[in-house]
Amino acid sequence: MNHSVAFQTIFFKEIYRFMRIWPQTVVPAAVTTSLYFLIFGTVIGPRIGNMHGLPYIDYIVPGVILMSVITNSYGNVVSSFYSTKFQRHIEELLIAPVPNWVILAGYVGGGVARGLVVGGVVMLIACLFTDVKVMHYAVTLGVLFMTAALFSLAGFINAIYANSFDDISIIPSFVLAPLVYLGGVFYSIELLPHFWRQVSLGNPILYMVNAFRYGFLDISDIDIKIAVGIISGFILVLVLCSLYLLHRGTGIKT
Amino acid sequence: MKALSIYQLRKVYGNGFEALKGIDLDVEAGDFFALLGPNGAGKSTTIGIISSLVTKTGGRVAVFGHDLDHAKEAAQRCIGVVPQEINFNQFEKVLNILINQAGYYGIRRKEALWRAEFCLRQLNLWDRHATVSRQLSGGMKRRLMIARALVHSPRLLILDEPTAGVDIETRRSMWRFLRQLNHEGTTIILTTHYLEEAENLCRNIAIINHGQIVEHSSMASLLSKLQTISYILELKRPLSRAPQVEGYAIERLDDFTLAAKVPNRLGIHHLFTSLSALDIEVVSLRNTANRLEQLFIDLVESQRGERLRKTA
Repeated sequence: MNHSVAFQTIFFKEIYRFMRIWPQTVVPAAVTTSLYFLIFGTVIGPRIGNMHGLPYIDYIVPGVILMSVITNSYGNVVSSFYSTKFQRHIEELLIAPVPNWVILAGYVGGGVARGLVVGGVVMLIACLFTDVKVMHYAVTLGVLFMTAALFSLAGFINAIYANSFDDISIIPSFVLAPLVYLGGVFYSIELLPHFWRQVSLGNPILYMVNAFRYGFLDISDIDIKIAVGIISGFILVLVLCSLYLLHRGTGIKT
Repeated sequence: MKALSIYQLRKVYGNGFEALKGIDLDVEAGDFFALLGPNGAGKSTTIGIISSLVTKTGGRVAVFGHDLDHAKEAAQRCIGVVPQEINFNQFEKVLNILINQAGYYGIRRKEALWRAEFCLRQLNLWDRHATVSRQLSGGMKRRLMIARALVHSPRLLILDEPTAGVDIETRRSMWRFLRQLNHEGTTIILTTHYLEEAENLCRNIAIINHGQIVEHSSMASLLSKLQTISYILELKRPLSRAPQVEGYAIERLDDFTLAAKVPNRLGIHHLFTSLSALDIEVVSLRNTANRLEQLFIDLVESQRGERLRKTA
């Protein structure tokens, strides 16, 4: 059977959901990143000087865009899928002939869409503060899309295990935020002492930020092929985990 | 053809509670079937398994010949479910709820639109199609769940206490609608605590208790098992004590009211004749409970007694 209609239904329902509440979903990222660009780029940036031979504001633009993509794609799926569970209208999907992979693709598609919309808005804001150039379009778009998909999958798994609204805020606050801020968004790991540089290499977000920065600026602390390989590996593992959890009915069936 | 075929269905929950102990159940296509039982008997678990919301521990379920294990999608296509609890998106508009549900069944938007309009008109909800669903009244929410369950034209409609908490007028209009739907060929399985509802609507019945089917027959043959019917008699003149009539158990409730247990073999006419001979005039009578309710209570009580004996 052709499941494209079911996929489109979930996907466009998700897009309609976050667009309908755009003051909650799109505007906060625009405000926060404007402040980053203003404070770290315009006010403090000139005192910091150059990073990898580039003005500091240019250096942080790709990381700040990706940071918004990560938090929004994760946040979209975790809140939407958990609400679906909480209000029990997940049952509408479970009783219908919709395979698990279509459910997953629909929700992840919605998360990727929000990540891309917010990433686009942040990019436009960055253009107000500096002259943004993209050196490698394919790498930039590929990493953007893959990172949004990866964090949408992570949000999906978080929502499956969540039993309360507290559970959907713990991971973003205590795991995701530290990893993002320590993932080389605002600095190069070459500035760190050897020990902390090695520790940073264990942070997967470092690879994504550097791959994305390579797409924009043609500079990276990490080999781009390793970065793309790590992102792909994470996506594969999270897809398999999500499908397994849906098959078992964890958190959604009794 | 069988609309639903259940064989040795078992469910043991994670805490060890055995909700279903290997039940067998068949529902013929076109039937209006009642699945009754006290709270916690296993009705909702059974419906949950049929509708893929609960994972079974063992046994087989087939819907119109499609096995849930081997042809799940084909089976799901045949089923529409109206659950006990409200389970639609409370922030979504009424029309969108139906269009989305149709989309999950692979129905494209253009067709979904006219199907949604048709279902909403049938359930007198079309004038509310643009309303956000949380603003609907309780009765409207119940009707919306029925409309949603029908949007893909299922051959088997399962209703889990569809009239719980709705007013009498809405309940009666839902009965009319369900009768019409069944008349047009949809098989309906109904669980309800209003036994009058089951007696009025259903042709066949199963009673489930403690995870086992304790009765599975036609409504007519079940009701014929009833040995005694209880009546309340209102009298024209006051009585100081209950009259004695052979074969009947009569109790005086107050000066003008008697409660009488009337065995089927004697009938009510003989009681009236006997009371008349004692110069007692009856002005009206009514059932203390409806017939199915009386049978249901008898069955559940006898099961409880048996369990207590076994435990002792």
